[in-house]
Amino acid sequence: MSEVTPPGENTKKGVSRRGFIVGGAAGLAGIAAAYYLTRGNGGPGGTLEGCVTTDLSDTEARLAVSNWPEYIDEDDGDVLSTLSLFMQQSGIDVTYTPDVNDNVEFFTKVRNQLGACQPTGRDLFVLTDWMAARMIEAGWIQQLTKANVPNLDANLISSLEGPGWDPNRDYSAPWQSGFTGIAYNKSLVGEVRTMDELLTREDLKGRVTMLTEMRDTMGLLMLSNGADPSNFSDSDWSAALDKLSKARTDGQIRAFTGNEYINDLAAGNIAACVAWSGDVAAAEDENLVFLPPEEGMMIWSDNMLVPVQGTHKANAEKWINHYYDPKIAAQLAAYVWYVCPVEGAREEMESIDPSLVDNPLIFPTEEYLASTHGFMALDESTAQGYEQDFSDVIG
Amino acid sequence: MAALQRALGRNSAYLLVGPAALWLGIFFVIPMISLLTTSLSDPAGSPIYGYSMTWRFENYVDVVADYWPYLVRSFVYAGIATVLCLILGYTLAYAIAFKAGRFKTLMLVLVVAPFFTSFLVRTLSWKLILADNGWLVETLKTLHLMPEDGRLLATPIAVVAGLTYNFLPFMILPLYASLEKIDPKLNEAAADLYANPFKRFWNVVWPLSLPGVVGGTLLTFIPASGDYINASLLGNPNTQMVGNRIQSLFTTGSDYPHAAALSVILMVLIVVMVMVYVRRAGTEDLL
Repeated sequence: MSEVTPPGENTKKGVSRRGFIVGGAAGLAGIAAAYYLTRGNGGPGGTLEGCVTTDLSDTEARLAVSNWPEYIDEDDGDVLSTLSLFMQQSGIDVTYTPDVNDNVEFFTKVRNQLGACQPTGRDLFVLTDWMAARMIEAGWIQQLTKANVPNLDANLISSLEGPGWDPNRDYSAPWQSGFTGIAYNKSLVGEVRTMDELLTREDLKGRVTMLTEMRDTMGLLMLSNGADPSNFSDSDWSAALDKLSKARTDGQIRAFTGNEYINDLAAGNIAACVAWSGDVAAAEDENLVFLPPEEGMMIWSDNMLVPVQGTHKANAEKWINHYYDPKIAAQLAAYVWYVCPVEGAREEMESIDPSLVDNPLIFPTEEYLASTHGFMALDESTAQGYEQDFSDVIG
Repeated sequence: MAALQRALGRNSAYLLVGPAALWLGIFFVIPMISLLTTSLSDPAGSPIYGYSMTWRFENYVDVVADYWPYLVRSFVYAGIATVLCLILGYTLAYAIAFKAGRFKTLMLVLVVAPFFTSFLVRTLSWKLILADNGWLVETLKTLHLMPEDGRLLATPIAVVAGLTYNFLPFMILPLYASLEKIDPKLNEAAADLYANPFKRFWNVVWPLSLPGVVGGTLLTFIPASGDYINASLLGNPNTQMVGNRIQSLFTTGSDYPHAAALSVILMVLIVVMVMVYVRRAGTEDLL
């Protein structure tokens, strides 16, 4: 097949065909190599000053939002969802995409554009504390204009007011908070009370999943070893890692997953797992139970962020302000069952669904919060070391 | 050809090669260089602040030492899947080429039909079929072909079955193309010379179908060994293939240099294996 054309016909003059192709490829390769050698790979290496784009909100009534799946209420008959209400009240056309399934995965998706100061097509996305911290640190996130988000200032609950990575909430606004604990399918197995049961019980063998989110999985493991995830040592870390590694080799763990574990739990492919508090409620399956492990659970929040190349910042701020209206927040919380970050929503909940007012998964009491733990803030290189350890174990 | 040459003038070859060369240059050569430089970078960098390229060949040593079981597993799974595809695909292609009669076109359409839905959706539907509470597992348990606590999903069997299913059409089509070209009269002639059916197959049909066998096995084995969807949806943490490892190094591990080095090793190994295979099969001129 390779010798179809008569030789000599096309190659009388100048370079031969083969020479042309090889030479062309080599030339391109050379240019690319020179580029990568001088510039290095990956991030921008410097700050992104001057990268902030002009805000087109005045002329374009549009907003593109990326969020986690099952993280917003939907229109229900005559009752408009919080999203529809926002579109109706503001006249802004929202493109809402549930394409954040995992912090790191999403980071990989947008890293090249953000690092090179190019638009990602998103005006607002929602990421967990540690990833939000990382992006703000890298200078990829726009500062919010306080005057545009009065509700945020007035209604943010005090426990979320000043995290170390954004002390004045200049760059971020919590969307929802939540707990990481254990979920099980009660039609298949009896109560699973501790992480040790989850990792060793014979009737759960091969029917357990854990989260690929390192801080959730490892946080719970450290708690089960009696260590404090908000302040741990290297040896605490290795002990927890060994425990995970053993459970994996023993075949106790079926998979490491993102949000998709909930389908497998409902379908009966897995019997118990590490889970996020709201997912279990959102699945609306009476067999699924979420429970805090006896040794304590992890707490986190997901934060709304406006990337530097988001071209509709003022619209995004309208969105944030909308969701910090207690009434809207209560409507959302009644649907997603995560911890509501908005003061006053509890009172509003009385008229929406009184049974939820005293639900600690939505409006946790001080006492309840005392049994929850955050994950220690890590600097970039420590974080990477731990992430590599973790990814070596989860395979 | 001559008309085309007149229209394009003396440089017709360059003009014809041009678009494809440009395409490959932009989407293959440049990314390849990017991959190679990343694989030789210092892993001390980070995806945010970038990596510096230091000709760090140790990355390659590291990944082979750390991840060789994933490579071995990938080639074993892909090998088994390829053999299964060859057995299933050969019989089907043979039937379509020689026995299907007027149903030939219909059968070919049916072979290609799965491509109308996405790879991902097809693999996800295998999860439904193999589910722990699904009809298949229930039936096998009722028939005592499977122990009470047995399962199919999240086992190596599920991964290999998924690979076999997903790459079967890539085996069937080249096999069909070479079987279909075989003149049935050759078979009749062999019969006239008192060759029994087995001899007719082994001495006439099989050698003539070799280009299809080589093409089909390559088209199956190469993508199957680099696949990670099947292992990630149908497998468990102990059945992960090298593709999964590369993916998790790029994502959860945020360790780009080692991920790139592992990708390069996978590519090189596949190229070497293909070359040895083609040499051994003595079919260079058949490709």
